[in-house]
Amino acid sequence: MEQQRETATFGMWIFLITEIMFFGGMFAAYLIYRLSYYQAWVDGSNRMDIKLGAFNTAVLILSSLTMAMAVHSAQVGKRNLLILFLIATLILGCVFLGVKAVEYHDHWLNHEVPGQYFSDLDEHGVSKGWTDTSHTSLYFALYFAMTGMHATHMIIGAGLLIWLIIASYKGKFTPGYFSPVENVGLYWHFVDIVWIYLFPLLYLISKKHSG
Amino acid sequence: MAHDTESASGEHIVSPMLYVGIFLFLMVMTALTVFAASVDLGWANPVVALVIATMKATTVILFFMHVKYSTRMTQIVIVGALFFLFLLLGLTLTDYLSRGWMSFPTH
Repeated sequence: MEQQRETATFGMWIFLITEIMFFGGMFAAYLIYRLSYYQAWVDGSNRMDIKLGAFNTAVLILSSLTMAMAVHSAQVGKRNLLILFLIATLILGCVFLGVKAVEYHDHWLNHEVPGQYFSDLDEHGVSKGWTDTSHTSLYFALYFAMTGMHATHMIIGAGLLIWLIIASYKGKFTPGYFSPVENVGLYWHFVDIVWIYLFPLLYLISKKHSG
Repeated sequence: MAHDTESASGEHIVSPMLYVGIFLFLMVMTALTVFAASVDLGWANPVVALVIATMKATTVILFFMHVKYSTRMTQIVIVGALFFLFLLLGLTLTDYLSRGWMSFPTH
């Protein structure tokens, strides 16, 4: 049993490593373009709502705690606690996605979605004071690609959590067998780590570099 | 960690108190990075933010993801993956940064 469990976890890590390289490519693109079009990156970054970003970071860290507690509950065979912690993780994941939707809607209203309606004027027609609008569009393209891909992973994670909640309710997991809980946990923590890097890179590091 | 035990399938069980401690550490570091962003540190702003993010990520990997208690093979493979991530980012940067194409302020 122990060898089976270790093999499953090892396989999950191999998958997560492919995910690290997948997100790594986008981080590399972000890095090169930030260094190339620095002022455009500062202008774009200053349009981020740090309060909402910080709130979402806290929500995601709390969801990692509830996920870790769900795995712990499975390890010690407490079925009701396992279901409770999985539901708490699912709710926190949905809160994160809800806040992200509010932010996306705000960018939509303010002409910050790259494309035909991308503009340096906000929803009231007031100038945002951008100096390099075409490359600020590049910042937002990467912002939506990276946070969008992160949100996609969150939605998949939410689906996996629903599956785990149903399986736990049916009593599928015992202290001797809970690899699905453990490996979805690894996936959830990985998605948390991606956000731990996205939050400072997209929201924070240019705050004091407006000019 | 005197309260740590082993489960029926033989793996290490981390005590919930340690998980809560890790959670509090991560929250404090989040508050710290938000505060650090409001101070003008010049070129050091991204460095401080990334050092804090890496401390947070390392804590999550070691404890929430149980890598501290994983088999040696899992640990070696993860370190190997981080090495290749470093190649991806590091070698790309050494190329770009050595060509004088970038517009970022160096002061």
